[in-house]
Amino acid sequence: MGSAIRFASVSKRFGPVRALEALDFAAPAGAVTVLLGPNGAGKTTTVRLTTGALVADGGDIEVLGLHPRLDGDEVRRRVGIVPPKPAFYDRLTGWENLQFAARIFGASHRAAREAADRFAIGHALDQEVGGYSTGMRSRLALARAAIHDPEILLLDEPTAGLDPESARSVLDLIRELAGKGRTIVLCTHLLHEAEGIADQVVLMNNGHAQASGAPDELAGRYLADPVVVFDAEDRSTLDAIAEHRSVIDVTWNGSVHATLTSIDALPDVVADLVARGVRITRVEPVTPTLEELYFEMQRAHREDAT
Amino acid sequence: MRASHVRAVAGADLRRLFKSKDYWIPLTIIGVLFFMVIPFISLSVISSLARTEFAEQVTSIVGNLPASLTDSAPGESPLAKASYVLAVYMLAPIAIIVPLTVSVAVASNAIVGERERGTGEFLAHSPLTTTEIYTGKLIASLIPGYIATAGGFSVYALIVNLTAGRLLGGWFFPTAGWVILIVWVVPPFIAVAIAIVLRMSARMRSAASAQQASSLVTLPVILMSYLVAARVVSSPGWPGFFIGAAAWIVAAVLSVRGAKRLRRERLLGVASET
Repeated sequence: MGSAIRFASVSKRFGPVRALEALDFAAPAGAVTVLLGPNGAGKTTTVRLTTGALVADGGDIEVLGLHPRLDGDEVRRRVGIVPPKPAFYDRLTGWENLQFAARIFGASHRAAREAADRFAIGHALDQEVGGYSTGMRSRLALARAAIHDPEILLLDEPTAGLDPESARSVLDLIRELAGKGRTIVLCTHLLHEAEGIADQVVLMNNGHAQASGAPDELAGRYLADPVVVFDAEDRSTLDAIAEHRSVIDVTWNGSVHATLTSIDALPDVVADLVARGVRITRVEPVTPTLEELYFEMQRAHREDAT
Repeated sequence: MRASHVRAVAGADLRRLFKSKDYWIPLTIIGVLFFMVIPFISLSVISSLARTEFAEQVTSIVGNLPASLTDSAPGESPLAKASYVLAVYMLAPIAIIVPLTVSVAVASNAIVGERERGTGEFLAHSPLTTTEIYTGKLIASLIPGYIATAGGFSVYALIVNLTAGRLLGGWFFPTAGWVILIVWVVPPFIAVAIAIVLRMSARMRSAASAQQASSLVTLPVILMSYLVAARVVSSPGWPGFFIGAAAWIVAAVLSVRGAKRLRRERLLGVASET
């Protein structure tokens, strides 16, 4: 899978403030890349550099094989964006706002209507946007971003300010777009938002990428010792698990949570328990949450720094 | 530069303006005041002086006016000449002040307003070039001013002909000088003011400060326009043509420079632009 977006040692300053410092990351084509980091990590600056709305002070940026600084118009024509606080002309109706975007991106009225319907805002297009709720504005922003069927969608905090129900529906829509093979870059500081969506996570802090990779890969890197949940008809028989040489640690939490030296040792552990007469009812490797991964990565980087 | 993109930017701005009562109601009031109320009252008062003792005073005032003005006025009586001078020369500069005010009000908010609303972010990430954005804003600022000129001029023509026409033996307005002023001189002066104000709008941090600064900067333009309007109306022909041509050149230079200096960062309002 080639890269749709590639940042190589990119830096950007705003006066005395360093927004990005030697940022390296690549967003694979057709995948969902989540830029994860606290406020001020440089996520929005990264998005703005991607479209060429800002120009980098140093480094190299490539988007769909083009350079945003030189081919900005072409890049922007092929990219859709939902900014952190989607803004519209409030005195115009939703339809007038969409038509404006359609004219700029060379999309048809039919495409505008379809985008509105796809993001469930078609019913409110006759209303002035000034009367829209935050959720409706987010849906209209998504429709506007997708109106020209872009190859890349940049979503900068798309659920900011939304109630949980609206946020979930927005995330479902993002999943739907991802399912259609679009390259999506999602900026968020909300770990649960990235959960289940991310094909790749880029952990950003202080303007650079601390780590990047697929969640499983990062889990393997930062949460090296796998945890497996065991249960049995007679739980007392599970005490024997602690005696296996591949088991590092055992905790009881209703069932047994065993930390193994390697996930490859799991068949041996199971065979050993069966040989000891344990009637196993559950064997389930624990997938670490992005939250656990995030804090583990942060801890690891703090230790490295000291 | 793609015409469809420029039309889209200008169209969105104009649609927004015409839906904003808080914009066009005060400006309509100004237009009505300058193009209708003041001319109507002034000319009505002069017309009614024939029956008062102030007629002699008006006669002496007209006698003191430059011969170049009074000689061109039709009609024999001093009151007729006074009506003509007032309608054609004294009130001429309003034709330029009102549209300038209307256009400057739009232009001062054009770019900084996008930034304040956050809609500048969409424009900055769009395939619009900065020249297309600038030109769209320029046109969107120019059109309301020119509508005010054309509409105001028509109403003004009607009013002065109806109120002073009977003293002057029929319809006497517009004169050649006024036609040159409206068609050839006013548009570039509006464009000059807009080009200056758009540049300020791009640099200012807030719409309020842009409006304040624009008022100060456009005062000399208004003063110059006032003098130019008076000159063009009193000396139609080549002077008016040259003044208009010079204003078009200045407007073009300022607009090209303004378009070149507009940066996407300014639509985003990021710190590097401060």
